[in-house]
This record gives sequence, structure tokens and C-alpha cells, in this order.
Amino acid sequence: MTALSPLRIAVIGSGPAAMYTVEHLLAAPGIDVSIDIFERLFAPFGLVRYGVAPDHQKIKGVTRTFEPLLHDPRVRLFAAVEIGRDLSLDDLARHYHAACFAAGAQSDRRMGIPGEDLPGSLPATTFVAWYNGHPDAATLAIDLQREAAVVVGVGNVAIDVARILVLTPGELRRTDMPRYAIDALEASRIREVHVLGRRGPAQAAFTTPELKELTALEAAALRIDPAEAALDPASAAELERSPDRTLARKVQLIQEIAAAPVPCRPRTIRLRFRISPVELLPGDDGAVAAVRCVRNRLVATPAGAVAAEPTGEEETIPAGLVFRSVGYRGLPVPGLPFDERLGVVPNRAGRVIDPATGSPLPGRYVAGWLKRGPTGVIGTNKPDAAETVRCLLEDAAAGILPAPPEPGPAAIEALLRARGTPWLTCADWQRLDELERAAGAREGRPRVKFTSLAAVLEALGRAATAPPRP
Amino acid sequence: MKLAEVLATKGPGVACIAADAPLAAAVAELAARNIGALVVTDRAGAVAGILSERDIVRAVAAGRPLDRLTAADLMTRDVICGRLDDDLEPVLAAMTEGHFRHLPVVDGGVLVGLVTTGDLAQALLRSLAGRLVTLELRLETEIDQSGVGR
Ligand SMILES: Cc1cc2nc3c(=O)[nH]c(=O)nc-3n(C[C@H](O)[C@H](O)[C@H](O)COP(=O)(O)OP(=O)(O)OC[C@H]3O[C@@H](n4cnc5c(N)ncnc54)[C@H](O)[C@@H]3O)c2cc1C
Ligand SMILES: NC(=O)c1ccc[n+]([C@@H]2O[C@H](COP(=O)([O-])OP(=O)(O)OC[C@H]3O[C@@H](n4cnc5c(N)ncnc54)[C@H](OP(=O)(O)O)[C@@H]3O)[C@@H](O)[C@H]2O)c1
Repeated sequence: MTALSPLRIAVIGSGPAAMYTVEHLLAAPGIDVSIDIFERLFAPFGLVRYGVAPDHQKIKGVTRTFEPLLHDPRVRLFAAVEIGRDLSLDDLARHYHAACFAAGAQSDRRMGIPGEDLPGSLPATTFVAWYNGHPDAATLAIDLQREAAVVVGVGNVAIDVARILVLTPGELRRTDMPRYAIDALEASRIREVHVLGRRGPAQAAFTTPELKELTALEAAALRIDPAEAALDPASAAELERSPDRTLARKVQLIQEIAAAPVPCRPRTIRLRFRISPVELLPGDDGAVAAVRCVRNRLVATPAGAVAAEPTGEEETIPAGLVFRSVGYRGLPVPGLPFDERLGVVPNRAGRVIDPATGSPLPGRYVAGWLKRGPTGVIGTNKPDAAETVRCLLEDAAAGILPAPPEPGPAAIEALLRARGTPWLTCADWQRLDELERAAGAREGRPRVKFTSLAAVLEALGRAATAPPRP
Repeated sequence: MKLAEVLATKGPGVACIAADAPLAAAVAELAARNIGALVVTDRAGAVAGILSERDIVRAVAAGRPLDRLTAADLMTRDVICGRLDDDLEPVLAAMTEGHFRHLPVVDGGVLVGLVTTGDLAQALLRSLAGRLVTLELRLETEIDQSGVGR
């Protein structure tokens, strides 16, 4: 047996980037790999479970293509183990030839305007985590007893948030949303949701099917001002030059919706363009009561893109809830370099780069949102992970992966045990998955999620042997 | 997709050279790094110009005295710079139309990177490939759930 056989690899995270990394590693010809996946939560699959909207069950169904990877004999799952808390980078270096970080973007971008932290103003990331039953957000109380909400940003996450806010009880009960979220949304008094795009229809980040869905909701109408749907000269020029037919189709759909009569429904989503929030204003109770906004004009940037510029013309939108949906943001992993400006781990094609020397850190790799930043759909992570795996395998072949002193698969388990860190295996996850689906079947829903580690350990009959962490 | 995402996987740092550096140093740097252009910076570190292999080829063809030239003598001034928030596709279109292959990227006036038409095209291809994978996944799920083929 050579020092590299099997090649021991730690994969950090279990979202799409991690799972595609595993898939590419397992498929690599002529190399014997042994992979341990470390996931900080008790359940795998990252944003597929905790980001993708609960009324989009078909998309959540892509986990079906990831599940078999967890059952491969060369793969082990260590769920509920967080790198940087339960295990350090040095621990990984002692046990693995290589570590690939696919920890996603665990925080949110800020708008950088006054009033952003008033009660009633929260990042979309938090709301998304809450309605998906993420254990970090499951105990939050979100006050939906307000008449109007503002969503800042026009990406697909903003569209998700706006749609979830106006679902009917019937629509909600077909989802796998936790009970607390269904109850709160059913009792919601929200009538108006304003979705604010700082640029125009041709620069909207959402995709066409997601917009179309907003026109087909049971109890909400989509309203777009025809004047805002019209293209300014800079955008018309951009569209003219673009070979992307899907962009033309999106603009056309926006203009068709703006021109069509608005159906009479109890709730309204107002999709706005060329408007930016400049300040959140508090009411008498100290919580957000309104959003002061400025209208924008669009100008061409020196390199040929289109940017928003304030006109000075203002507008105030009364709203008791504000969701900033201006992007997720990566967080540093303790011990790994981090690029604060881009919110990613500095890397060249997936090799982690030491910014001090400009050279790769041997045996350290990154994939997914932590590598590129928080954009792209599930499938984007496949070519992305392929690139990272290519680098890793090249380095293995070149003999530059540092040899770990304790490569045996039992050593890492012994270390976790010695530290009193409980972990869940693939078999545990399989059991949880069955329990969740069975609970869902009783309610006519896809599943009912566990939302705390304590409940999970109890359901698995582990409470006595492994006390949950706080 | 924005330029920030393209820069993210290119590694930190930009290949720069001082405006008063001799041309030989610039050529050595281009060769050592296996790249096609250097950002030329002034004493304060601000972008003064860009020196591409084409600028050098032109000087050679014109028979200029290479050993007496500096980076500043051959660089293109009035460089167009991109911003982190610029959308990739219109920028790629503008670079293709304007026949420039290298674009320094600045953030708040600070040089933070450089992208080439090759980088942008590759990023665009990868994003399209990603969309395709997602569509296939959705189709597969759709077929599984509707029982087609069973
Ligand atoms: C709200 C929302 C909805 C979306 N909807 C869709 C959609 O409908 N269709 C689509 O195609 N794409 C969708 N996307 C995009 C898609 O989810 C992402 O492209 C993809 O999830 C990114 O993959 P990732 O693996 O990089 O990150 P993630 O999916 O975030 O996975 C990261 C994983 O790492 C774990 N982790 C983090 N830190 C640590 C640590 N220190 N130790 C161990 N584990 C750690 C996290 O718990 C998580 O499981 C959506 C995104 C969002 C935000
Ligand atoms: N159904 C799906 O397929 C689905 C669902 C959800 C998410 N996703 C994917 O997940 C990724 C992340 O989605 P996302 O919506 O978080 O990000 P996104 O697509 O990058 O959208 C971010 C939005 O925020 C705006 N924004 C940023 N800073 C702003 C500011 N300071 N003020 C006002 N607006 C600002 C952006 O406008 P500018 O363009 O002007 O910067 C953009 O409209 C995307 O790739 C998305 O497609 C897919």
C-alpha cells in the first residue's frame, strides 16, 4: 500500500458543491479514494433542504441524485460536526491528504443604509432559514401582523420571499414548511409586498419561470407599472447587443404583465424598477414603519455594463416589514484565508491560495459558493466542483499532497469520541428521513422536518449517550 | 453574473509593473507568469495604463529601440476599467466589439483584479453548463414523478 492509497479526503459541507465534489472524486479513474463528509447540521444537502422554497418540492427532489453518493462504501457522513468548532484545520491535516471546503455562504450582504437594523428589518437569509425549518432560525418569532412588506432586490431569492409571503393556507399545507411557519403565515395580515429593483427589467436577476409563477398565485396579483417596465436607452442598447434570447423573453414578459389588466385578488405583489431604498424609518413603536426610497436612472458604466444612479426624486413606501434580499455572503472558516471584499476563500480554480505568498496551500481546496460567491443554481456547482477535483487529482498525481500522520479511518472517530462530539451517520440520516416522510404522510405533506438537534437525538434514541450541545 | 464572480477563482493579486520599469523587465514578467498583459501603475499605485503583448509586438515591428523604452512608453493610456458589480455579458460584448482583451477591475478606485475575454467567455460557458445541468435535473425529477417510462 502506498502512502496515497487510499487517498483520504475530507469534504466540508454537504450542499450541492460538496455532493458534486464527492461524485467527481468517486468517478475518478485509477484512484482509490476514501471520503469523509463533515456537515455542521444534522441533515445533509445544504440549501437544497434549507434554501430552495418549500413550495418547490420538485426541485428539492434533486437530493435523490445525491443520496446514493452517501451510501457508497467509500463515503462516510459525519453530520452535526462543524469544522472550526468541533474539528480544526490542523485536525483535518492530521487525518486527510486533502480537505475540500464547500461550506457555502452562511451570512448575508448588507444594504449599508440607516435604519437597516431596526426591528422589522431582517435579511432574507433569516426568513428563508425560518420557513425552511433551519435549526439556527427555528426559534425566531417573525411578526407578520403588518399590512405591507418591502423586499429589496430582484433576484430569485427575493421572488421566493415575496411568493411565500402571499401563499394561501391551501398552498402552504402542501409544503414541508414547519408547523410554526405555516401557522404564522396563515395568520399573516400582509396585503402588499413591494419588491424593489435598483436597475431595470433588462438587469433583473430573477429568471423567467420564477417571475411567471407570480402571475399564477391563488390569492395574489402581480402589478408592474408600465412606465417602469419600459426600457431606458442604456438598457435598450444592452438588450440589442445581447445574443441571449432568454433575456429578451424576460423583458417581454415583464412588459406583458405591466400591460395586462390586474386580476382582482386580495393580495398584491408590486414589482418595482429603478428604485433604491435610502433609509428605513421607524414608527412610534421603534420598529420599521416606512422605507424612504430614491428613483434611479440607468447609465452605462465605462466597461459597457449598466448601473443605477440616483435622480434625487424620492418616494416613501409605508411598510412594517423589510427583507433585504441583496445576496448571501460567505463567512471565514477559522484557519483558512478569506477575501473580505469578495466574501470567498481566495483560490485559483479551486486551489486555496495563501494571499501572503500567492501560492497554493497544499491539500486545501474550495468549491461552490465559498469559492465563487453566492450565485448560481444547483447545477452550476457541478462544473465548479469538477474544476476543483481536477486540481486536487493533479496535485495527488504530482505527489504534492502532504501525507497525514493518522490516515486510518478509525482515528477521526476516536478523536470525535474523545472530544465528546456526537455525530450522525448516513444510517442515522436515512432513519431521520424515513421519520420525517412518515410524519409528512400523516398530514398529506412531503415531510415534517426535525428542527433541533435535541429532537433528532431523542428520535434516534441517543439522548442518554450523547448530550446535545447548546 | 458579475465580474466579482469571475475574479473570485483567479486568485488574489494582479500582475503589475511600475511605469518607469524598463521594457525588458516587463517582457520577463509576461514570460515568467505566462500572461498577455500587465497593469502599469504610477508611483501612488494607481492604474496608469496597460501594457499588452500586442503593444510590444507593434514596437518590435516598428523597429523601436527596445532597450531604451520603459513600460510607460508603450502602454495604452486611458484604460477602461471594470467594476466588481458590472454584469459579465455586456462587458464581454463591449470587449469583443472594442477589440480589447484585458480589463483591469477596480473597486472604489482601488485596483482589485484583471479579467480577460478568455476568463469571461469561460465563466459564461460554465454558467450555461450549470443551467443545463439544473434543467436536466429538473427534467429527470419530472419524469421520475410522472412515471414516464415505467
Ligand atoms: C433561498 C435560496 C433558494 C434557492 N433555490 C434554488 C432553486 O430553486 N433551484 C436552484 O437550482 N438553485 C437554487 N438556489 C441556489 C442553490 O441552492 C445553490 O447554488 C447551492 O446550494 C450552493 O451550493 P453550496 O454547496 O456551495 O452551498 P450550500 O448549499 O449552502 O451548502 C453548504 C453546506 O455547508 C455546511 N457548512 C457550513 N459551514 C460548515 C462548517 N464549518 N463545517 C461543516 N459544514 C459546514 C452548511 O450547513 C451547508 O449544508 C437557491 C439558493 C437560495 C439561497
Ligand atoms: N428558483 C431558482 O432557480 C432559484 C431560487 C432562489 C435562488 N436561486 C439562485 O441563487 C442565487 C442567489 O440568489 P439571490 O437572489 O440571493 O442573488 P442574486 O441573483 O445575485 O440577486 C441579488 C439582487 O439584489 C440586488 N442588490 C444587490 N445589492 C443591492 C443593493 N445595495 N441595493 C439594492 N439591490 C441590491 C441585485 O441587484 P443588481 O443586479 O443591481 O446588483 C439583485 O437584484 C442566484 O444565482 C439565484 O438564481 C435560484
